[in-house]
Amino acid sequence: MSDDTPGPDDQTPPEQTASTSGSSHDRPTDVLDSDELSQAEVEAARERERREVSVELGATIGQRFVAAVTGVGLIVTLLAIFSALVIGALIIALSDDATREALSYFTARPSDTFASAWEVVSGAYASMFRGAFAGLGPISETLVAATPLILTGLAVAVPLRTGLFNIGGEGQMVAGGTVAGFIGFWIVGLPTLIHLPLALLAGALAGALYGWIPGVLKARTGAHEVISTIMLNNIALLVLAWILTTEFFRRPDRADPISKSMQDSAMLPEFLTGYRVNLGLVLALAIAAAIFWMMERSTVGFELNAVGLNPNAAATAGMSPGRSIITAMSTGGMLAGAAGATVILGVQGRITDGFSAGLGFEGITVALLGRGRVGGTVAAGLLFGSMRSGGRLMQAQTGIALDLVLVLQGLIIVFIAAPALVRAIYRIRTEGFASGHVSKGWGS
Amino acid sequence: MRLELEGITKRFPGVVANDHVDLVIEEGEVHGLLGENGAGKSTLMNILYGLYSADEGEIRIDGTPVTFADPGQAIDAGIGMVHQHFMLVPVFTVAENIVLGVEKVSGFGKLDRARASQEVRELAERSGLHVDPDAKVEDLPVGIQQRVEILKALYRDAALLILDEPTAVLTPQESDDLFDAIRAFKAEGRSVVFISHKLREHRAVADRISVLRRGSIVGTAEPDEVSEQDLANLMVGRPVELVVDKPQAHVQDSVLRLDGLTVHDARGNPVVRDVDLEVHRGEILAIAGVEGNGQSPLVEAITGLRSAHDGSVTVGGTSIAHMTRKQVLRSGVGHVPENRGRDGLIAQFSIAENCVLNQWDMEPFAKRHTLQFGAIAEHAQRLVNSYDIRTPSITTPASSLSGGNQQKLVIAREFDQPIDLLVASQPTRGIDVGSIEYIHQQLVAKRDDGTAVVLVSSELDEVLALADRVAVMFRGELVGPFDMPVAKEAMGLMMAGTDPAEAMAKGA
Repeated sequence: MSDDTPGPDDQTPPEQTASTSGSSHDRPTDVLDSDELSQAEVEAARERERREVSVELGATIGQRFVAAVTGVGLIVTLLAIFSALVIGALIIALSDDATREALSYFTARPSDTFASAWEVVSGAYASMFRGAFAGLGPISETLVAATPLILTGLAVAVPLRTGLFNIGGEGQMVAGGTVAGFIGFWIVGLPTLIHLPLALLAGALAGALYGWIPGVLKARTGAHEVISTIMLNNIALLVLAWILTTEFFRRPDRADPISKSMQDSAMLPEFLTGYRVNLGLVLALAIAAAIFWMMERSTVGFELNAVGLNPNAAATAGMSPGRSIITAMSTGGMLAGAAGATVILGVQGRITDGFSAGLGFEGITVALLGRGRVGGTVAAGLLFGSMRSGGRLMQAQTGIALDLVLVLQGLIIVFIAAPALVRAIYRIRTEGFASGHVSKGWGS
Repeated sequence: MRLELEGITKRFPGVVANDHVDLVIEEGEVHGLLGENGAGKSTLMNILYGLYSADEGEIRIDGTPVTFADPGQAIDAGIGMVHQHFMLVPVFTVAENIVLGVEKVSGFGKLDRARASQEVRELAERSGLHVDPDAKVEDLPVGIQQRVEILKALYRDAALLILDEPTAVLTPQESDDLFDAIRAFKAEGRSVVFISHKLREHRAVADRISVLRRGSIVGTAEPDEVSEQDLANLMVGRPVELVVDKPQAHVQDSVLRLDGLTVHDARGNPVVRDVDLEVHRGEILAIAGVEGNGQSPLVEAITGLRSAHDGSVTVGGTSIAHMTRKQVLRSGVGHVPENRGRDGLIAQFSIAENCVLNQWDMEPFAKRHTLQFGAIAEHAQRLVNSYDIRTPSITTPASSLSGGNQQKLVIAREFDQPIDLLVASQPTRGIDVGSIEYIHQQLVAKRDDGTAVVLVSSELDEVLALADRVAVMFRGELVGPFDMPVAKEAMGLMMAGTDPAEAMAKGA
């Protein structure tokens, strides 16, 4: 009866694992004290496995990639996006003056309300879609917006798989972008082939160093990474604001906090003149592929995943949780730093105050939507990128604020975080049976 | 209370946990419920206790059909359950824990602590379960905590008490005390359902024994009518070897040596005190003792998970003081951790991944930092076949395995490598008789291969069955080792702290 079969939460998405990682030393909830329950759970798990796309061991990278994108919970993910769009539609309709006016005589002529609401909602979403996908220009803008999101998303996803919540993407991005930008404007006379990689590398290293700090603090002293990364974000943002006022950084002809411009040799080249999409996209996808190898195929990734899922068992097997924590946080920092570098060297061309523009924080939502998987995170980055670029056209054409995009993103994450809610709304049969069963005690 | 269960059926997706179970528990009867893990014992009791609802069937109390939507209703109907994992608030006193949920309050909603304490004191006197009502639960040993759980049920006036594996955490002497208490309930006319997979205990305390296998009752018997062998066969569904076939040990050179080993816990209190020990190739040295007497820190110190405060650990002549856990393992140490769910396996990892958990970065499983899935799969398939791990495939997550098969997986991983020293902590805890039989055979086989085996177990029967020499751990100190045979009673006394000479004299 003292059966240690891990409980019904074997399907726990990584984000939940991460949220409990702080108390990893006592995880009695893993222990299911009812053996029959576990036996039934065994069967239920087998059943689930048959239904789901199972990731075969030794499958090709392509198969694993597809499985990562389409695997567990894809339906729930899609329904979460759909639900967010529905609620977003309600918000659009209710914020529209004409619709509200029609609503005031709803009982007399309800069709007016619906017609008016349909008009404004369909107009908004249609222009958002056009702004994201209709033609080369919008697609270019989507990809430009997606490039840093893919990287900051991965910056959260890698630590997430190791059981850590990296809230510091923003600060790491600032560190990376600032250092990359510094190399970009300060060094003169190098050819692009040397100058650009140098600047990118410096940015990635700066980010890695800025992620290494909370990693070491966590591994050596137990300082919680959420607290330390949040504080490091503030430090990075404020230091940036300060250095942009210094003589050395500030552009001589301007009074506002803008740095000197990048040398042309440090800029990421664009593919087509007139379109902003640049080599940074290719770089981000290449880095994503490398991270995929690292997390899914390498011994380092095996260790990181093991530590993330069960640090006790990992340590017992001879792995080093402390080293894994440092590795994961440094890698996350490096990715966020690279994101900063692509923004400065690919789009901005100079360092501005707040160039990170919340992209580091948005990486958290991207990683959560991608369920901590590399493929999922890339897909989520592209989706959020399209919403960003589509939202701009929507704002221009319909006057609906770009903030709606943030509302939609927030709603998606709320639904993702509450899969049971999505299942309840759409009457999806609950997998397993233990979902409603929480109390085993003496009851009321 | 006379309780009847008729045709109780409970299906979970893909499995029938209870299949038309009929069970009658008479008033004043101790009814033993015996079955392997996964046989359906807990599901049945959870239905009775209102945690699950049955798909089919009827529960009758004294002839009246009842349904329980939640445990509160079951408690009101006079059913009490003591779970294996206690449901106590550690920082509350005994009395506070017992009255929690049905506490009586004076005016303005103030908890009447004095009255609670007094009531609990009287209840404890009356039922013979002595406990200090004002002691904090966290300060009490597990045996006493269990009394608190039982008192909790009695305080709610339980006429039927369900005890789920109550002896798993007790010393033999504490178990005997529990059995006395159970007999006292019986004398008061209360009924008891006693769940255990230890055959001996059923024969000691039960009036009737029902055996569950695969969700069905396969037999009900009176304890003096059947032998333990019959019960074991009935439970497993095939003839089982209860006695391990163990040839004479061929003791060779020394592998593990502890000199004055002292280990402190995080707060600096000594939990292992000045332990000297030598273990040789070809022998099984068993460390017996009630859990929590320092076995875990001792094992951790031997296997490099924890550093010694004083003294030394040498494996194969080399001190491990400055080695990492990984280095210790790779120098030829196998370790079966006592809590496989927490330390032995990664539940979400596949069986194949768990098979290489301790060698993930070694050839042939990894080359140039890249995992070699082909080699890993081959290795896993071989282990699954040769260690009889029952699984649909090697890509199944470890969490999907039954407890016995999970343990076989850990055993397979640790045994199937060239090792000089094997440290196995509670290797058969909470697993079924069939798997226990198998694991015992493997331990003996490993010994006969010339491995030094350290077996840490709180199951006396296991120690007696396997050990070539035995030492007893009590409050961080190691008594012995003694050459086998040692009388069971003597070991029980030493586990409770009796002086060895006295224990040997009494136990003989």
